[in-house]
Amino acid sequence: MTKHTISSVRAGLLSKEFSAVELTRQALSFAEAENPKTNAYLSFSPERALAAAERVDARIAAGEDPGALGGVPVAVKDVILTKGLKTTCASKLLENFIAPYDATAIERIEAAGGVIIGKTNCDEFAMGSSNENSAFGPVRNPVALDRVPGGSSGGSAAVVAQGTAVVSLGSDTGGSIRQPASFCGIVGVTPTYGRVSRYGLVAFASSLDHIGPFARNTRDAATLLEVMAGRDPKDATSAEAPVPSYAASMTGNVKGLKIGIPVEYMKHATGETADLVNASFRKLQAMGCELREISLPNTDYAIDTYYIICTAEASSNLARYDGVRYTTRSQNSGTLSDLYKNTRGEGFGAEVKRRIMLGTYVLSHGYYDAYYKKAQMVRNLITQDFNKAFTEVDAIVAPVSPFPAFKLGEKVNDPISMYLSDIYTITGSLAGIPCMSTPCGNTSEGLPVGLQILCKHFGEETMFRLADAFENS
Amino acid sequence: MELAPPELIAKYQPVIGLEVHVQLATRTKIFCSCEMAFGAPPNTNVCPVCLALPGALPVLSMDAVELAVKASLALHCRVNPVSRFARKNYFYPDSPKGYQISQYDEPLAEHGYVDITVDGVKKRIGVTRVHMEDDAGKSVHDGFRDSDRNTYVDLNRCGAPLIEIVSEPDMRSSDEAYAYLTELKQALQFVEVSTCDMEKGHLRCDANVSVMLKGAEKFGTRAEVKNLNSFRFLKLAIDYEIARQVALVESGGRMVQETRLFNADSGETVSMRSKEDAHDYRYFPEPDLVPLRVSDEWKARLAASMPELPADKRQRFVTEYGLREYDAQVLTLTRPMSEFYEEVASVSGDPKTAANWLMGDLAGLLKAAGKEIEESPVSAKHLGELVAMVSKGELTGKSAKDVLPKMFETGEAPGPIVDREGLKTMSDMGAVEKIIDDVIAANPKQVEQYKSGKTAVMGFLVGQVMKASRGQAAANVVNDMLKTKLG
Ligand SMILES: [Zn+2]
Repeated sequence: MTKHTISSVRAGLLSKEFSAVELTRQALSFAEAENPKTNAYLSFSPERALAAAERVDARIAAGEDPGALGGVPVAVKDVILTKGLKTTCASKLLENFIAPYDATAIERIEAAGGVIIGKTNCDEFAMGSSNENSAFGPVRNPVALDRVPGGSSGGSAAVVAQGTAVVSLGSDTGGSIRQPASFCGIVGVTPTYGRVSRYGLVAFASSLDHIGPFARNTRDAATLLEVMAGRDPKDATSAEAPVPSYAASMTGNVKGLKIGIPVEYMKHATGETADLVNASFRKLQAMGCELREISLPNTDYAIDTYYIICTAEASSNLARYDGVRYTTRSQNSGTLSDLYKNTRGEGFGAEVKRRIMLGTYVLSHGYYDAYYKKAQMVRNLITQDFNKAFTEVDAIVAPVSPFPAFKLGEKVNDPISMYLSDIYTITGSLAGIPCMSTPCGNTSEGLPVGLQILCKHFGEETMFRLADAFENS
Repeated sequence: MELAPPELIAKYQPVIGLEVHVQLATRTKIFCSCEMAFGAPPNTNVCPVCLALPGALPVLSMDAVELAVKASLALHCRVNPVSRFARKNYFYPDSPKGYQISQYDEPLAEHGYVDITVDGVKKRIGVTRVHMEDDAGKSVHDGFRDSDRNTYVDLNRCGAPLIEIVSEPDMRSSDEAYAYLTELKQALQFVEVSTCDMEKGHLRCDANVSVMLKGAEKFGTRAEVKNLNSFRFLKLAIDYEIARQVALVESGGRMVQETRLFNADSGETVSMRSKEDAHDYRYFPEPDLVPLRVSDEWKARLAASMPELPADKRQRFVTEYGLREYDAQVLTLTRPMSEFYEEVASVSGDPKTAANWLMGDLAGLLKAAGKEIEESPVSAKHLGELVAMVSKGELTGKSAKDVLPKMFETGEAPGPIVDREGLKTMSDMGAVEKIIDDVIAANPKQVEQYKSGKTAVMGFLVGQVMKASRGQAAANVVNDMLKTKLG
């Protein structure tokens, strides 16, 4: 189980080494046995998984192709709706919420033969950078169990690193896929905004939310993305652009590729993370890439901009958890106002409350122009920085996080320091460009470090070509 | 509440603006594909999107946009090539998202107008803007056994497509507001963007009312009066509000900006909330929707598909058909009425007589039967044929008045009825002449009187001829022939 990739599963199925049902049973029992170590899964879905596996076996028996993800065990972050299964967002408020419909990404994964085996832990409503904000306990990093796996998609990163799933789905708003991928030593991809439908992804900050894949190699991540990508009439912000074959783009040839290194990023990078990233630059040069320094001058405003926009949108997106319909309702509330206050007061965790309050404040009368409107203007400037840079280079490389996985509890009482861990990932999120984390070595303590690759809008092919070549050199 | 007497009110100038919400007549809701059926069992026309389930996203209905653009054009607005949706945040159980998706600083359309006529005076009322938004559900506070403790929520209406039409503060009396709303409703019904059925809540109206001393330039502080769900209430509420405000100001009080609710039972308005505790809606651009683009080409296509607007039609009926203003107004009250009339006019070839028959005899029959013009058993074509027979002298007006009820009863064309009952005007001049000769011979006394100058007796003689012809002789022919014969 631990070693499987999408292609090894496919080969095993086609050679009748195992059936999809056998593999699913094995994956489920392995994952259930291993889970207490990390707390990465919140729930398992054996019935749904076995039904999907049976369909794959039937396809194979009928001589049909098992599908791009045929028989592949997939774990799904618990902020993505899966019909008939709990979708808790790691929040007490949705502790008992059973999704009545499937996210578009889920429909597409199952149509391609993917087998959803369980839902993964995360920061509550995807708000956090360490997975310590879960109402159902933190996730431990399988590489070093006393450390965090990163967040908010910590569970999804952990299960792939741990080998309790072959691939998984995360969501990224400001780095929630790339940072945990980097902390756990795997590949994590944030596609172009609009590339994957958000229908069925519980909204945190709508203009920044992405669904993206985790995998143990670039090829698997690209395959999973290709299955999910493409226009969805249920999401008005999903892109019309056709989805290319990502496999075809991974030629191994990156000679002459122009790569930018943003000076603004490197000036903060210190210690072993900086050493490993710098070593990666030399490796890229050795592979034939042309490296040059570039400038993204508005980078310093990214964190402020991000926390204004994401909290503003979150304050509105989370209004629906009001105790009136499906949200776990606080009992003994005499008035409507009490019902709201008690339900939300008791149900939301501290970080979610903090962001709702921040967001409510920045949108309130008299402050809108000073905060939200200005933040949108800066966001445009940051996007322009990237657009300009991509007229000169094909890709940008940078660190993912200023530091590797930290210890559980180390930063919980210091939200600002926690927010800073997203410093390198937030700019790409604000610009809506594709970006990913790919492993680039371990520190002396054996902690993984990721290299971030960023490309222009819908430049996933170049991004995958570079990451794949880097990984195999 | 003390109300000001008329002589005091007369010192003041009321200033009125209206905010009108209109439900668009689309098949589905504005952001999901749920049906817009009226009267369905509670919470049956719902889906993840209008229930605001986690992860669900709105998708704008282009049918709704089409109707909203048509409405904007009917109100002579400039439709913006790009408009934007915004979230209006507030908590209420019948608003499952916790926000309304509306348009804020970039509305669909702006700078329109509605022309009104009050007491023969024409006036143009500005339309500030038309914007699109979704409706909330319904909170049901009574009618259940546990209504003293619980409120129920029905989300069938949640997500219904609405436009809000905001007028300039251009109206100066409740009569002008009444006329504005009438014209607006008529225009929207003509272009078929809404049924505008106030009873079903498809047309809802709030009024902004203030008063200032006549001759003053600065408007007074306004109150927004809500819940005006009939034309009568609109007028009552505005008049009440004017009298209340004048009394308040006259007694040295100060107007506060507030929202007031009209109570139809008492006929009064009561304060709902002041500006201080008004909601902070925390508007911001809706990130789940892309900007709404209306291309020039699409707009032109919609404009070309628009029917003639009632005001234009009214004008044309006067100039083209020579109708009186009043008749033109009656015949353009609804689009079906105006279309019915135009067909009668065209088939009959006599627009004026057609108008009289439609507004007189047919309207009477419809009223007695409790039917609308759309349900008339007499088709426009058949009425046109009947009018034509009268105009051409083939049927006397008297006979036609007997034929129409029969047409109404059976739905038949006039021809067969006239034939069957032998009502056709006598076209045989010899036969008419014979009857006249007989009448002259039988009434020597009256003939003498006529010849001696008592011309009033002519009516009696004509009556005798008509009687003898069983009404089938054409009255004008009889008149002429009698005069000739009596020298
Ligand atoms: Zn719906």
